[in-house]
Amino acid sequence: MMDGTTFVRNPMLSVRDLTITIGASGKRIVDTLSFDLASGDMMALVGESGSGKTMAARAILGLLPQPLMATPESRILFKDNDLTRIEPRAMRKIRGAEIGMVFQEPMVSLNPAVTIGEQMAEGLRLHHKLDKAEIRDRSLAMLERIRIKEPAKCLAAYPHEFSGGMRQRIMLASVMLLKPRLLIADEPTTALDTLVQRDVLDLMVELTQANGTAVLLISHDLGMVSHYIPNVVVMSDGKAVESGASSEVLREPKHDYTRRLLDALPRRSAGGMRGGDCGKPVVEVRNVVIDYPGRNRFFSRTEAKRAVHGVDLTVRSGETLALVGASGSGKTTLGRAIVGLVKPTSGQIAFLGAEGHAPADHRGRHHEMQIVFQDPYSSLDPRQRIADIIAEPLKLDKSMNAAERERRVEQVFAEVGLSPDFRRRFPHQLSGGQRQRVAIARAIVGRPAFVVADEPVSALDMTVQKQILLLIRELQARHNFACLFVSHDLGAVEQVADRIAVMQDGRIVEIGDRDDVIDRPQHPYTRQLLEAAMLIDRRFAETGQLPQAMAR
Amino acid sequence: MIALALGQSRLKFNAVFGITVTTLLLVTAIAGPWLVGYDPLKLDLPSRLTGPSARHLLGADEFGRDVLSRLVNGARTSAWIAFATVLFALVTGTVLGVAAGFLRGWTDRILMMINDAFLAFPGLLLALGIMAVIGASRDGIVLALGLAYMPIVVRVVRSAVLSIREREYVEASRVMGNSEFITMARHVLPNCVAPIIVLATTMFGWVILSESALSFLGLGVPPPAASWGSMLSTARPYISQAPHLIVLPGLCISITLLGINMLGDAVRDWLDPKL
Amino acid sequence: MTRFILTRIASAIPTLILVSIAVFGLLRFIPGDPAALMLGDLAKPGQVEAMRVQMGLDKPVVAQYLIWIGNVLTGDFGTSISTGQDVLPLMLNAFSVSATIVLVGVFIAALIAVPAGMLAAWRQNSLGDVGVIAVSTILLSIPSFWLGLMLLLAFGLHLGWLPVIGYVPFSQGFWPALVYIVLPVTTLVLSEAGPIARMARASTIEVARLEYITHARAKGLSEAAVMWRHAFKNAFAPTLTLIGFVLGSLLGGIAVIETVFTLPGLGRLLVDAIYARDYPVVQGTMLFVAAIYVVVNLVVDLLYPFLDPRVAA
Repeated sequence: MMDGTTFVRNPMLSVRDLTITIGASGKRIVDTLSFDLASGDMMALVGESGSGKTMAARAILGLLPQPLMATPESRILFKDNDLTRIEPRAMRKIRGAEIGMVFQEPMVSLNPAVTIGEQMAEGLRLHHKLDKAEIRDRSLAMLERIRIKEPAKCLAAYPHEFSGGMRQRIMLASVMLLKPRLLIADEPTTALDTLVQRDVLDLMVELTQANGTAVLLISHDLGMVSHYIPNVVVMSDGKAVESGASSEVLREPKHDYTRRLLDALPRRSAGGMRGGDCGKPVVEVRNVVIDYPGRNRFFSRTEAKRAVHGVDLTVRSGETLALVGASGSGKTTLGRAIVGLVKPTSGQIAFLGAEGHAPADHRGRHHEMQIVFQDPYSSLDPRQRIADIIAEPLKLDKSMNAAERERRVEQVFAEVGLSPDFRRRFPHQLSGGQRQRVAIARAIVGRPAFVVADEPVSALDMTVQKQILLLIRELQARHNFACLFVSHDLGAVEQVADRIAVMQDGRIVEIGDRDDVIDRPQHPYTRQLLEAAMLIDRRFAETGQLPQAMAR
Repeated sequence: MIALALGQSRLKFNAVFGITVTTLLLVTAIAGPWLVGYDPLKLDLPSRLTGPSARHLLGADEFGRDVLSRLVNGARTSAWIAFATVLFALVTGTVLGVAAGFLRGWTDRILMMINDAFLAFPGLLLALGIMAVIGASRDGIVLALGLAYMPIVVRVVRSAVLSIREREYVEASRVMGNSEFITMARHVLPNCVAPIIVLATTMFGWVILSESALSFLGLGVPPPAASWGSMLSTARPYISQAPHLIVLPGLCISITLLGINMLGDAVRDWLDPKL
Repeated sequence: MTRFILTRIASAIPTLILVSIAVFGLLRFIPGDPAALMLGDLAKPGQVEAMRVQMGLDKPVVAQYLIWIGNVLTGDFGTSISTGQDVLPLMLNAFSVSATIVLVGVFIAALIAVPAGMLAAWRQNSLGDVGVIAVSTILLSIPSFWLGLMLLLAFGLHLGWLPVIGYVPFSQGFWPALVYIVLPVTTLVLSEAGPIARMARASTIEVARLEYITHARAKGLSEAAVMWRHAFKNAFAPTLTLIGFVLGSLLGGIAVIETVFTLPGLGRLLVDAIYARDYPVVQGTMLFVAAIYVVVNLVVDLLYPFLDPRVAA
């Protein structure tokens, strides 16, 4: 299965037969994984959740959580040391100084109770034995280099005072401050907005290239990887199923699993523009403004915050309108206002011609409007059985009797591709993708005229995302409901939308047919987003051109 | 691996020990009088302050009353008071907590202000104050301890309601057109049950401890009825002559509390596998 | 930060007002006429009437409350019915007894229990951990008054090492005073160490699985440094709240322990006043104890931002 590209002549890091089990003899999380990484090179471990990629990376630094352990046959050679057999004291000399690590969640990987300055200084003090003034100078220089405003103030600040993107930059800076030979980055940008993602990745490349640091990137995102990293190992169920140059793997995937991963990359759906202007308007949003009220307390007052600044939108039957924007752009608030979860401050929202803006206003026809949430783990009542969850909207329809309801639920099970075996199960017994199918089934079971899908795939694995997106389109074709697809992910949007509205700071800056917006963006913000979104697959699929793995 | 096994066997041990002790307490409380067959109030002056003997298996107290039958009677008292108190605190606390969390706004603010004032009385103080007003009696203890613990239930239930009503499955229920009442009954309340069960188990232990403390202070179950706390209190002057009168009731309280605490840990592990 | 402190202090004021109303209201429910109660059985009706006027009982309830709370604010808690002494000095004397034992006891308990709980959590499910849980669960289950009686039985009566009852203030010499508080303090340490250790363990386990702990390890810090510099502050925050809660409720008197060792503390003062139907003392003590509790919890809240800077944001 392995081709030569991941075994180099003088590797700095050489992993051989790495096997990680739960306990001494339990299930194999990682199964005989081998790869080499040369000094100054970049490589990526790519796989979906549960593929073992994160644990493989943690094993390198001896950071496996209990009760996971590497088997005795495993070898991780780093500069003449076998890291699986090394003394704890010697391992601590390597951690940070020789091998640095950046984690996924910038919100939880910096200590909330310790100042940024102290967290940066810690490693310098430990590994370089510098004095206070020198530590401060170096920290300040590094913060300036990553373009943090007021670096001196930043040193005294606590992590909660920064945004996610800022924290990730700071984290990266504090790790690179020690000039390690190898940087392990575990999904460093997954939790961030598209534009910020790109920023952090560029910074990572810049800092490591300048220092000659090798990079081992852990990611689920083949698209992003192929842009930044020349070599890739694809993992599935703990095994390396394919490896080689990113461009090769992308062009000629050898393994079935890689092919499926590639298929899952966002690709423009055929047709587009199905609805056009022919469908009748289902939802009309006119000049809607939404404020979050400020709070008055004894000695403090938080200002009211305007989330949506006068937005006009129309969604027609049978079409999907995608609402795209970064976090905080107001897109989710607008979606929630349309289904009545948030009350607009002013403006009208008309549903099938009738106006109103509170949930009570639409009572009676409410089963005609439904929502699918982002996180399928919190959107299903953990104490209800699957069949009951799906049947619940039907209970409000007095015209249906029990047998009819039963039949409808059965039919919907088939439509969303759920096995009837799941009827009696509870949500926690299902996988993320299955849960999202349940959420979709619940949304469509009452034959609604309108469905809001709020980031419905961003919590899911790539291959599952693809299936869910296809399912939404298929169901829409069959039932002709109107859909507002709220997302930050242009890749997903491109697959599912007929029209796209781009939101920035509570305003719609651009709206139009999908192909127009993506191929001929008018607004600079849209252009920026598109550029950052790195829709490699589109170029790949349509022009047959290969994305260049960049080594800047 | 060994550590993991140790952790798991600890959880199992907690459950087994907790369930055994609690069952034992309940069986003694219900069937005790028939098991012992001795009147806990019957005086036998010649035997006063004697240790274990054939006549009195666990000895006799300062009036010659049989210690074993008084201990069994004490179990009855403790179990009855604990059940009644927990039930009272749970019912009233849940009603108020749900009302605060459901209605929100001014109802919530006023209820919580009063509730917080009640919570500002530490430990037994509120119960002591109430006992001072109504005088020592068995039902008085239930009322005093019930009112003292109710504010905690209100807090827990309200915060559970408030956190659960923000979950997405609750919003989904609103979007599909369910009334606020149906949403509450179908999705919010059933999901509040777990924290309430955990609290009830813990509270059962607190109440047994508080009742014995009140009785020990002489403000609990009035004599001549037997309660473990009052047995300790009346035996105190005879501590050097008849130490068994001190040792035995305390052991009963401690073992009961240990059992309930371990049951509580087991229930928490079972309902919340996170910890 | 200043805003956080001011807001927090301001929020304690309505609580204190409601507490005082509750105490006042509760005592209004005591059966019998306080004036008659105060004068005893031999009083003539005219005397009772005069007493009612003197005590302000003829005025409306609201006025009575306002008079009472006004007096309290100037330090006048009234006079004890049974001894005729002013209530405030009675309470302060008793408080000094309770506070000495409680402060020393809780301090020692925290000193033992917090490290024990944290170390146990750091080696979760090891033999040491199971040992710490077992001991703390057992300690948690033993009522303090029985534990006190057992210690008294063993060290006071059986071995004869320590005095059985009584109290000597520290003003009369360090050693004699120490000898008298050893047993009550030990009782307190043993009975409070259990819950504190369990809380320290639980919150350390929560913190230990967070990513920033792994991040600290990935920097090359030793286990001791990871624990002390990164886990301690975060894990100690909830434990501090518990310690404050314990301190607050115990400072108001440890009635049962004071009863066991016959100490003239605040708890005993209250219980004796309840027996004697000494209504000004009951009222004053309840208010005093509740106020201590509110203030201690306020202090803990104000300390919290030093452990977790997010709170004050």
